[in-house]
Formats: sequence, structure tokens, C-alpha cells
Amino acid sequence: MSKEEKKINRRDFLFTASYTVGAVGLGAVVWPLVHQMNPDKAQQALATTEVDISQIEPGKSITVLWRGKPVFLRRRTQEEIAEARSVSLNDLPDPQKDEERVKDGKDEWLVMLGVCTHLGCVPLKDKGDYKGWFCPCHGSHYDLSGRIRKGPAPTNMEIPKYEFVNSNTIKIG
Amino acid sequence: MSDHEYTPKSKAGKWFNDRLPLLTLSSHLSAYPTPKNLNYWWTFGGILTFCLLTQIITGVVLAMHYVAHADLAFASVEHIMRNVNYGWLIRYIHSNGASMFFLAVYIHIFRSLFYGSYKSPREVIWITGLLIYILMMATAFMGYVLPWGQMSFWGATVITSLFSAIPLVGESITTWLWGAYAVDNPTLNRFFSLHYLLPFLILGLVILHIWALHVPGNNNPIGIEIKKPSKDTVPFHPYITIKDIFALLMFMIIFAGFVFFSPNVLGHSDNYIPANPLVTPSHIVPEWYLLPFYAILRSVPDKLGGVILMFGSIFVLFALPWLDRSKVRSAIFRPIYRYFYWIFFANVLMLGYMGAMPAEGTYLLLARVGTTYYFLHFIVILPSLSSLEKTDPVPMSISEPVLSSGAESSLAKKDNEKI
Repeated sequence: MSKEEKKINRRDFLFTASYTVGAVGLGAVVWPLVHQMNPDKAQQALATTEVDISQIEPGKSITVLWRGKPVFLRRRTQEEIAEARSVSLNDLPDPQKDEERVKDGKDEWLVMLGVCTHLGCVPLKDKGDYKGWFCPCHGSHYDLSGRIRKGPAPTNMEIPKYEFVNSNTIKIG
Repeated sequence: MSDHEYTPKSKAGKWFNDRLPLLTLSSHLSAYPTPKNLNYWWTFGGILTFCLLTQIITGVVLAMHYVAHADLAFASVEHIMRNVNYGWLIRYIHSNGASMFFLAVYIHIFRSLFYGSYKSPREVIWITGLLIYILMMATAFMGYVLPWGQMSFWGATVITSLFSAIPLVGESITTWLWGAYAVDNPTLNRFFSLHYLLPFLILGLVILHIWALHVPGNNNPIGIEIKKPSKDTVPFHPYITIKDIFALLMFMIIFAGFVFFSPNVLGHSDNYIPANPLVTPSHIVPEWYLLPFYAILRSVPDKLGGVILMFGSIFVLFALPWLDRSKVRSAIFRPIYRYFYWIFFANVLMLGYMGAMPAEGTYLLLARVGTTYYFLHFIVILPSLSSLEKTDPVPMSISEPVLSSGAESSLAKKDNEKI
């Protein structure tokens, strides 16, 4: 190739500029088509749920629906709390203290997403080798703090953002 | 291909064909030279075309009555079953048709594995076939979600959650797939849209699959290249069409047996319970045709590892033409591969059974053995056999073994000679 041909000329500039504008334009058209599949405004509007917890006895739990997902609210007995806290962190696949999974001073209340972190099934309560929850789909065992102990699930059951509005009401989300 | 010049007889035909050569195409299809020794395992291409068209026709009709909304979907399916004229028949043909489609496609794939149909120069036929197979699985999965029963809902949850195993972006991808924070109405809506779209993409791929087939022509039970046309071939019509139609009729008897006598035997009774996001059925399993992959997923005690192996078990098939480098195609002339073929076949059946059983104890152990063997077959056994196996002599032509019995050695090609 001769030296003259290698020189960047006006046509090269026009090609590059056209490709760039074309790529940006294509991206601008594709993004709305992709983003429309993300949760819409109506879905996002369901972001908080208030739950009355005055009727729950110690040792019992209820399940409520939040953003289409079940949330377990369990009022744990003192023995259950003691047992959850006696576990050595070395025995946990996803080490986390029980204290980090509840609110300070509200130790008896365990509020967590009732969704197995493996493939999203709802674990059954009071089942499994650790007296907590057991997922029937692929056999994950969770303890009384909702922490994964055995099975294919990679992490502990998730704690959603929540707060105590008053002593009888929890607001999730 | 042996595209002889074709001229329509009538003047009008010639006028049209000069402008759009559809008559040339139909002449090519009818005269298409086919090996004369094709057995009944070769009729499943036609049967599969029938299955696809059946699913499209019944599906379009069902969409006239079905409502894709989380509150109405379950009731609309019951409405189809109880109120729509012949709705029960059309739905049962569609739901059992999916199973029949997979039955036929598995036979078609295992035929290809036995006779080496995936080998050069037919790699692209094999690859388009695998793409069709993957789209079929996606379509079947989304179709199974539409009745919005318990199995629909939790099947959708488990399969979409597979993507959450991807590091960093996994959660965002699942939320994007759902259009919500769990499987919900937006999920059902888009699955319906895609369930309607994908069969037409499959149809497009089927056309490419057949086009790619018509370039080298059919493989055949003895797996040798043949001259086309020659005394080793017969025209597609009427020889193959009549054989295909006979096989299709036999297939339709089995199909009708399911539709009329046990339409729910391949389904799960849990799917007649409306979807409930608070309760997972105690024993969830996918449809039978996905069970071997499900067994592979569950055999790994690690989430990401299980997902990788499950997808890997399908993607390894794409490399098959380059993993099996033996020049002899048909297992008839491969004394060792023949045994490994049947072991592989039995292993896939075993994995399917393990996928239906709870993942614990002996079942889990056997699923792990089966998973290991599945990959060993492709990654170790086939490449080793390519160089270690001493293949039997291959005939020169299809006619030869019949015409020259006794004089076999003089005409037969030597082992390992290029075919």
C-alpha cells in the first residue's frame, strides 16, 4: 500500500462518524426494548407491606406476601434463640451471627424472605436436620436463624429491609 | 446435489417459474436422490415436521380461547376443557403433542448418534438440529407455565432462578426475566408472547436444517458416501414419501392412544391446583423430557456448579463432530463404539429416572455416577476411540454387500482408509 492511501482522509472520518452515530442510535432504540421487561411502576409500588404481629405466640410463625414473595415472621422461643446462637461460625457455609439477622432488642423476631436461595422454592418450617426449615425441591437445610447448613443453597435466607412501626406492627420494605 | 435443469411443461408454469422458481424447488424435492437403504429410524424427520405443524395449528387455536393473566389463566384453561367445542381435544393434542414431539426428537438424535450422521460434511445439519432442540425446550417450558397451576408456577420459579447462579448480574437477570420481584403476572404475559413466537423461529430453523441436509444428502445406515443419483439411490417421491407416511401413521396411533386413553399420564396432578406463591408442592419435577438434565443439575452440591454442568451437558453436543474423529460413521462398522453407544443410551435413561426420584441417598449417588459418565463419554471415551478403535471393513457401495456376498474382502475398503 502506498503512503498516500494510508493517510486518514475525509471519507474515513465520515465512515467512523456514521458508524458511531449508528451504534448510539441502535443502542438508544434497543435499551427501551430491553428495559420494558424490568419491574414496572405498578410492581415497584407494592414495595411495602405492614403486618400485625400481635396474635403470634412464641414458637409460632406466619407467612405474608411481600412483592410476590413469601416472608416468614417467626416469634422464636428463648431456647430457639439460645440454640441458634450456640452454633460455631465455622460450621456455617455462609457465616453470619444470629445477632446480625435480627433487630437489637427484638431477638425473638426473625423476619426473612421465605425463599430458598438455591432455586427459589418456599422451604417448609420445623423440618430438616437443624429444626429450622427444609426446602423440598433440592434438599437444603436451614437452622433456626434461617442460615444454610446443608444442601445446594449457597447463602442464608435473605433478611428484607423492615422496621417495627410499633410493638404490634412490622413494616416490610 | 444433482440439480438437473427443470422446465415446466405448461406455458403458464414456465412463465411463473421464470419469475419465482417454486416449481424447480418442488421438482428438486420430489426427485431428491435418497440412499435406498434408509431404515425406519430415518422417518422421524417427517414425523417431527408433522409434530411441529400440529403444535402450531393447535396452539393458534388455543390462543383464541386462552387468557394470559395470572387471575384468569387457570380458569380459561378449564373453560377450554369444559365449554369450548372440542376444546378438550385440542388442548390434549397440544399438551400430549409436546411429549410426542420430544419422543420423536430423542429418537432422531439417537439415530444420528448411532449412524454418525453428525460427522463431516454434516456438522451444520447437526448444529441447526441442536439449536432447534434448545428452542424446543424453551418453548415447552414456557408453554407448561401458561395453565398457571402449581407445577407451572414453581417450575417457572426454579428454572428462572437458574440464572440467579450467575455471579454479580444473576439477581438482576432473574428480576428482568420476571418483570417483578417474583414469578408473577408480567412473567406469565411475556411467556405467552414468547411461547407464540418461538415455534415460528423453530420453523425457520427447520427450513435451514433441511436446506443443509439437501447439500450433502442423507447419511445412511452403513454411513458411506454414495454417488447421487446412482443405483444406490431412489427418488424421494414416491419411495421415501410412502415410507414416511406409513411410519407417521404408526406414530399417530401411539399419539392418539395418549390423547384419547390417558391424556394426563405424562403430566402432574399438582398442575390442576391453581398457582399459589406461598406453597411449593412437596415434590416438584419437570416434564419427563427434561429429567436427565434435571438429574445433572441436582447431582452437584454447588449452585453455580450444577447450573454450569446442566448447560454444559447440552453445549458439549455442539462439539461432538470434533470430539468423535473416527472416519467411519456408522456404529455397524465400529465394534467398540457400538457398546459405548448403548452404555451412553442406558446412562441417559438412568439419569432421567434419577431426575424423577428425590435427590438423596442411592439416587443421588447414581445421579452423580451418571453425570460423570455422561461427560466422560464425550470428553474422554469418544476422542480415545477415534484413534484406538480398529474399525471393521466398510463396503464400497450400498449395493455391494447384497450383490457380492462371499467376495466381500476383495471389494471392501480397508480399515481406516478415507471414505
